[in-house]
Amino acid sequence: MAIFGLWVINKAGGLVYQRNFADGLVQLTSNEYLVLAGTLHGIHAITSRLSPTGTSSGAQVIEAETFKMTILLSPTGTKFVLLTSLAETSASTVLQKVYEAYADAVMKNPFHTPEMPIRSEGFDTRIAALIGTGHT
Amino acid sequence: MSALPPSRFSVLSSPSPDLLSPTNSSTRFSLPSGPAIATATAGTPKPLSRPNIYDRPLNKIRTTEVSASAFAFLFSEIVQYMQKRVSGINDLERRLNTLGYRIGTRVLELMAWRAESASKAPKRDIRFLPVLMSIHTNVWKAVFGKPADAIEKSVQNEDEYMIIDNDPVVTRSISVPRDMSQLSCSSFTAGIVEAVLDGLGFPARVTAHNTPVDDFPLRNTILIKLEKSVLEREELFK
Repeated sequence: MAIFGLWVINKAGGLVYQRNFADGLVQLTSNEYLVLAGTLHGIHAITSRLSPTGTSSGAQVIEAETFKMTILLSPTGTKFVLLTSLAETSASTVLQKVYEAYADAVMKNPFHTPEMPIRSEGFDTRIAALIGTGHT
Repeated sequence: MSALPPSRFSVLSSPSPDLLSPTNSSTRFSLPSGPAIATATAGTPKPLSRPNIYDRPLNKIRTTEVSASAFAFLFSEIVQYMQKRVSGINDLERRLNTLGYRIGTRVLELMAWRAESASKAPKRDIRFLPVLMSIHTNVWKAVFGKPADAIEKSVQNEDEYMIIDNDPVVTRSISVPRDMSQLSCSSFTAGIVEAVLDGLGFPARVTAHNTPVDDFPLRNTILIKLEKSVLEREELFK
């Protein structure tokens, strides 16, 4: 049971927030993270169109052998992605709380530009309280 | 609403051209998935079951509250709007102060009116300390729904007093970037205090300063610097 990392992807597919909390996954450069986030954005767009019965919210959980990624899509198109171990059961609740922190500490902050990388101490503090400090 | 809505209102992760067409302005409210929201009725407000806030008796709305989120979004937009129109941090603080001042005069008016109708023999404080106490409790409760956390008197300067708020409602969701670290958006609160003091006949210069401590990173101090005339008058009362 571990939470490895959190990504926030804006509605255009850009990675606006990335933070690691535990070891277990390969360390990547920031550029590689950007590429992965963009790829995930594309995959998500495809999965949301695959549904045979009308609209779909797209992929919600992607599981691999050693980890899984849980995706929360907000109504505004922002995606919150949590990378966790397979046994982690709290991923979707944590994501809901991350969304809440995002609404409170990012969207209400006059010094944040929408769709731009998140540099808000308030958000960092809220996330640290929620998941743990880890290392950035 | 003929123009294309600004991109920040577009809520789709993968916008399709048809949904972004200018003729279909309801896209601003639509969700990528889930049940459709009826936007057709948005233009015609339903008849209110009770009178709006302007028509209700002033004393009855004493305990009604506004949404902190709604205020936070409004205040955020105010700060962004002003930031584009000012030359520096001092100018921004001055404008926030002015804005608070306009609210403070109304707060004082309302509180005086309520005090008058609530007690048989309402009195007006003419000494500074009771006034400071009433700002700390009554004004804070009326405006923020809780009393401030502490009052301090400056050790170095006779004419300086401080009101301390550990978790100011106004700046709760604001993270000031490092390059503007001197900026305190509580200047808005300082404006309210300044107006109340002015209205009661205690002209002062009121400023706001960030004074974070470990437990309260948002802690804020409202610094009141009284004018000489006030101190001289206080002397005469003794």
